[in-house]
Amino acid sequence: MNFPNHKGKMVPVPSTSIIPERDLGKIPVLEARHLGVDFGGLTAVDEFDITVGRTEIAGLIGPNGAGKTTVFNLLTKVYQPTRGTILLDTRDTAGMNTVQVSQAGIARTFQNIRLFKSLSVLDNVLIGLHNTMKYPLGSALLRLPSYWKQEKQAREKALELLSIFEMQDVADTPAGSLPYGAQRRLEIVRALGTSPKLLLLDEPAAGMNPSETYELMENILKIRDTFQIAIMLIEHDMNLVMGICEGIAVLNYGRIIAKGTAEEVRENPVVVEAYLGKKKEG
Amino acid sequence: MMTFIYQLINGLQVGSIYALVALGYSMVYGIIMLLNFAHGDVIMIGAYTIWISITAMGLHPVLAVLMAVVICTLLGMFIEKVAYTPLRKSPRISLLITAIGVSMLLQNLAQIVFGANAQTIPSIVTAPNITVGSMQVSVTAVITIVVSILSMLGLTFLVQKTKMGKAMRAVSEDTEAAQLMGIHVNHTISFTFAIGSALAGIGAALYCCAYPQATPTMGSMLGLKAFVAAVLGGIGSIPGAMIGGFVIGIAEALVKAAGLSVWADGVVFAILIVVLLFKPTGLLGRTMNEKV
Amino acid sequence: MKKTIRIPMPVRYLINFALLAVLLLTGNFLVNIVDRYYAKVLMLIGINIILAVSLNIATGYLGQLPLGHAGFMSVGAYTCSIFVIRASFLTNYIGEAATFWLGLLLAGIVSALFGVIIGIPALRLRGDYLAIITLGFGEIIRVILLNIDSLLGFEFTYGASGLKNIPKNTTFLNVFVLVALTCALVHTMMKSRHGRAVLSIRENEIAAEACGIKTTYYKTLAFSVSAFFAGIAGGLYAGYLGILNPNTFGFMKSIEILVMVVLGGMGSMLGSVISATVLTVLPEALRGFSDYRMVTYSLLLIIVMIFKPTGLMGAYDFSLSRLLEKGINVMGGKKPVKKGDGAK
Repeated sequence: MNFPNHKGKMVPVPSTSIIPERDLGKIPVLEARHLGVDFGGLTAVDEFDITVGRTEIAGLIGPNGAGKTTVFNLLTKVYQPTRGTILLDTRDTAGMNTVQVSQAGIARTFQNIRLFKSLSVLDNVLIGLHNTMKYPLGSALLRLPSYWKQEKQAREKALELLSIFEMQDVADTPAGSLPYGAQRRLEIVRALGTSPKLLLLDEPAAGMNPSETYELMENILKIRDTFQIAIMLIEHDMNLVMGICEGIAVLNYGRIIAKGTAEEVRENPVVVEAYLGKKKEG
Repeated sequence: MMTFIYQLINGLQVGSIYALVALGYSMVYGIIMLLNFAHGDVIMIGAYTIWISITAMGLHPVLAVLMAVVICTLLGMFIEKVAYTPLRKSPRISLLITAIGVSMLLQNLAQIVFGANAQTIPSIVTAPNITVGSMQVSVTAVITIVVSILSMLGLTFLVQKTKMGKAMRAVSEDTEAAQLMGIHVNHTISFTFAIGSALAGIGAALYCCAYPQATPTMGSMLGLKAFVAAVLGGIGSIPGAMIGGFVIGIAEALVKAAGLSVWADGVVFAILIVVLLFKPTGLLGRTMNEKV
Repeated sequence: MKKTIRIPMPVRYLINFALLAVLLLTGNFLVNIVDRYYAKVLMLIGINIILAVSLNIATGYLGQLPLGHAGFMSVGAYTCSIFVIRASFLTNYIGEAATFWLGLLLAGIVSALFGVIIGIPALRLRGDYLAIITLGFGEIIRVILLNIDSLLGFEFTYGASGLKNIPKNTTFLNVFVLVALTCALVHTMMKSRHGRAVLSIRENEIAAEACGIKTTYYKTLAFSVSAFFAGIAGGLYAGYLGILNPNTFGFMKSIEILVMVVLGGMGSMLGSVISATVLTVLPEALRGFSDYRMVTYSLLLIIVMIFKPTGLMGAYDFSLSRLLEKGINVMGGKKPVKKGDGAK
């Protein structure tokens, strides 16, 4: 497996993150500074700093319980951060809730899939497209032209998004009856419906076999290229992370212990230790 | 001042009954997440058992109470086996509707068997009032309060210290994990219903002391209020049910003392709403967070 | 390849209108031919359908469990009746029927307002706690209706003695029109971005928020729409009975409506309609064995729940057009279907 055209040059930015050279002149899509959260005296995440480039594919890795999903929950305001700032496209998200963050441009998938299970695949995507439609309740009740027009556009858009994963043929099946891998893909499609600037994927390859994972890698790249958005992903499958992530941050005990390109991270002794434990001497 | 203290004692007495019944709701909810609407009607059956035992069978009141406890326990277990067990994997609302169905069934059966009119229950406790200083305190009030506090202590011991109690806590925490640990889930749930219904039997006896009447629908308002008490205190918590029961009982007594009896039911529910708004899981309830 | 035929939208609407017309004509025929008793039963069926369909919005579509629906119904019943009685001078200008319609609209609006007022605090709670708090509100409404006159100092709701001499304006025709309107409006709401937002909350609230859906807004919306139609049903009920007593709208009435929804299948409008019909007719039919009527009713409830926990209809919803499409596709395309089978 190799993805030659995506191993571009990386450039350090002041916060010691690195972003791809092609995004250098542009405003980073996400900047988190000193982000932290406490749960009843327990610090789950602390001093989390990251910069994500406009079209970067970033990876967030670390052992189980390191706080990776918590970071996603902070970025999407499922939890309110105790400390620190999040700048989305230079806009401070302090005081925003999950809905506002979604409208501001962060979309996500969930580690434990959260689809609208008994609704059809198409409806799932249409709910993602909720805010792209604007017609008021009255238009819907009276079936005014704005209803027909916007519903038709949304439907076409939904089918187009589904076609990324060639899922347009299952549009009418209930989401809950899809196979596991397809459910994960549908979550990505639904997230894309909200037209995000930054897409957060929480273990997108979990439960997939190697060939499915390989396909997913290609699709993640395709999504980035088509929509020109940034993607940040949590993943345990190192082939996927090392294969497509440009900048990688390693989290352990709620703190970033290393940042860099795939090669840098792979060779960093601190990372190896975090994953494999301390080497015993003698 | 005097009337205030009388009302307070009165409130404590009624509150103890609510508390006992609330314990039954609380335990069942804690273990299978069901608002057991039929619980109040189990009490109604208990009251009729006492009535029959004393009037028709001529049993000694103490035996009659014992009889009520036994019948209630068996009835509770029977309902659980027949109506709730088949639905354990169904949507929770189906279970709730079934409970409502059982409640209606019991009420209507009682109406057919015993008639719609109230039956007077002979007094269970016959002892003179206790004189404290210049005050007369009724023995039934004292007995009621003491019995319910003892029941609560006994229940706390059972849940905290015994093997069965440990099993109950495990099942309420995580049914599947408990099963994997070798706990017999069905037995544990049955046992919980048995205990809750036995408490309902005691509750029936105490209720008959306070209001010596049995009607087919007596369980619904009593059940509803006890249920409010359980939620108010924090459902699943034993001391919570107790506190909730006392709060409701005393509040009701005070409203009545102020000459506003018609508003009593409204006040009870208003207290519930206010508490839930500030403390969404009740006074002593645990907050539950969904893992994302 | 199977090429399925789809009936275009305008034709679908035409089909539905045709269906409505047929129902209206048969209903009207029945009312005029058969005796008044059946007309009353038909009206009661209609009122119960509106109640069940409206509760289904909050229960089936939003996925919450309110136990105070009768409270909204009573608000509507009293609003409509008091309006019709106090504003009787209006009848001289716009006629009795129009005054009643105005009263019904007002009933809906006031109920919906109550829905918002109760919904905002109640919907912060989840699951069973929401059930309990709405139960509490329902009971409080009942206690207030019973006792408000003593606070006001004049006779307004007439408390436990009952509000009497309400003009009996409810007819088969206006019940029918309102049933049709309710079903149509609920349908058009649910098949829109707003309805999907409501459904998404039922399915997964956290995911709905992540999709940018304002969950609080949509919960309150669904709740107040549900209350709106309950209020209208209440107004019709008042015009049907001619006398109101707050105790009619106790906790058991809420349960009765909930049973209709759950038995029919939550989230299925057809289910609500069918079970509201059956559960209105059944007690009437069992009138002969009046003693065993309620026992049978509760036993049926338990048995259906044990053997069909998702309700009779599940979440299935009826579409005459879809049925016709199926028919056309099967009849018109026998060969392709067979080929499809062979290819498998």
